[in-house]
Amino acid sequence: MAVRLDKPWIPLTADGVKQLAGHLGVYQLANDAGDIVYIGVAGGRSLFGLKGELEAKLKAPPAGATQFRVEVNMAYSTRHKELLGAYRNDHGGDLPVANTDVDVRMLGRLSPG
Amino acid sequence: MDLALSDEQRMIVDMVRRFVREEILPLEENLDPDADELPPEELARLVEIVKEMGLYGLDTPPEYGGPEIDLVTRSLIAIECSQHRAGLYAPCYYAFGGARQAQMFEATDAQKDKYLYPMLRGEKKVFFGLSEPSGGSDPARAIQTRAVRDGDDWVLNGTKLWISGADRADYGLLFARTGGPGRKGVTCFIVETDWPGFHVRRVVHTLRSAKYATEIQLEDLRVPHENILGEEGGGFSIASERLSRQRIPYAAECIGVAVKANEMAVEYAKIRETFGAPLSSRQGIQWMLVENEIDLRTARLFVLDAADKADRGESYRMESALAKLIASEASGRVVDRSMQIHGGLGVAKDLPLERWYRELRIRRIGEGPSEVQKHVIAREIFGSGLH
Repeated sequence: MAVRLDKPWIPLTADGVKQLAGHLGVYQLANDAGDIVYIGVAGGRSLFGLKGELEAKLKAPPAGATQFRVEVNMAYSTRHKELLGAYRNDHGGDLPVANTDVDVRMLGRLSPG
Repeated sequence: MDLALSDEQRMIVDMVRRFVREEILPLEENLDPDADELPPEELARLVEIVKEMGLYGLDTPPEYGGPEIDLVTRSLIAIECSQHRAGLYAPCYYAFGGARQAQMFEATDAQKDKYLYPMLRGEKKVFFGLSEPSGGSDPARAIQTRAVRDGDDWVLNGTKLWISGADRADYGLLFARTGGPGRKGVTCFIVETDWPGFHVRRVVHTLRSAKYATEIQLEDLRVPHENILGEEGGGFSIASERLSRQRIPYAAECIGVAVKANEMAVEYAKIRETFGAPLSSRQGIQWMLVENEIDLRTARLFVLDAADKADRGESYRMESALAKLIASEASGRVVDRSMQIHGGLGVAKDLPLERWYRELRIRRIGEGPSEVQKHVIAREIFGSGLH
C-alpha cells in the first residue's frame, strides 16, 4: 500500500457523496487545483462512516474544498496519522489548512521518500 | 510461593482499580474505539494523580526515582491497568509513566545526562530498534543493519521493521552488526532521530492502532563512537536481558483484558435470554465460562510465579517464557469465548471485545512468538546445546 493516497478526485457534490457506503476509513478534500485542504477520518464513532463524514463536509465544506477521495480502511486511526505525517513531510511541517482539529503534538515525523 | 497479597499489595491493587474505574473508563466513553492516546493536557492531569499515588514511573528503578515495588506487585498493577478498552497496548494511556528503555540504565554518566534523565523526566521519547525485515525472534543472527567505523564515528546502513514510536521519538536504541555473525557481532547505539540519514519511511498498519509500528531506513547515518551503549559487541546481552524481564508484566497485561472480558461475559450470560431462559442456564455457556476461569487462574499462577522467582533473584528464564506463552494464549481464548457469548454484539465496536480480540492475537507474536517461548523452554529442559 502506497503511503500517499493516489486515487482520482471525485467532485464534492451530492451525486459524488451518494456513491459512498458507511465504511470506516480515511478521506481527503482538495480545491480545484488538487491541493489537499483537509485530511479526515471516519472512525468507530462516525455515524454512517465515510458517507456520514462526507455528507457533513458537503453541508459545511472547508474553504476551497470542491473534491474528495476516500480509502476504506479498518486501520483508520494509524492510516489517518500516516497521511497527516506524509503531508507534513511534503509541506515543510504544515498541516492542510482546514485541519485545525489536529494537535501536531500527537503526530510523528515521517519521511516516506 | 505464597499467593496471598500483602496489605500493601492489596492497597495498591485497590487504588489502581479505582483509578481505572473513576478516571479511565469515563474518558473512553467519548474516545474513538481505536484511540490510543489522550490530549497532552488530559494526560498531564492523570499523571499528577498517579504521582500522588506514588506509582509514577513503574519501570524506573527506585534509585532513579521510580516506586519501590517488586515484580510481583508490578505484575498485579499491570493486570489492573489493562482493564479498559485501550488497556492492552496503552495501559491507562501511559499515565503511569509509559514505556521506558531499561537498557538506558547501562549508559555512561555523560550518556545518562544527555539521554537517560530527559527520558525519565518525560521530556523526551525513546524508541527501541531491534527487529528487521529478516526477523525479530533471533536478533543475534537476523540483524543485517551494518555499522562501519569511520574515524570517531560509525556509519549505519540498513532497515528496521516493527519499531514502535520511532516517528514520535527524539532518540532511540539501534542494534547493528559491527562484527561477524552471531551474538558478539551486535552493538547497541544511541541515535538521534533528527540526524541526517535517519528516516521513518512508513507506518506499518496492523490489527492494533495503539503503539503502531514503523519502518526505519538508515542511509549513511553517522553516529559518534561515544554513543555506543555498553560495549562494542555487547548489544545482544543488553537486548536479551530486557526481553526476559519485560515478558512478565507483558504477560500480566494480557490477563487484565481477559479478566474484564470474562466479567462482561458472566454479566451478559445472566441477563441475556434465549428461548425463554438466560444464557447462564445453558450448559454450553456454563462450560465456556468454566474454561475461562481455568485459563485465567492458570495464567495468573504462571505470571506471579515467574515474577516471584525474579524477585527472589533466582533464574527465571523458563518461568518468564512459560508466563508469556500461557498468558497470551489463554487470554486470547478467554476473549474469544467471551465474544462468542455476546453474539453479534461481541464483534461490534460498541464493546471493547473486538479490539481486545485483535490486539491479543498480536500478543502471541510480539515479544517472542509462542513457538520461540517453547524453544526457550525446551532449551532449559535439554540444556543450552539445543539449536
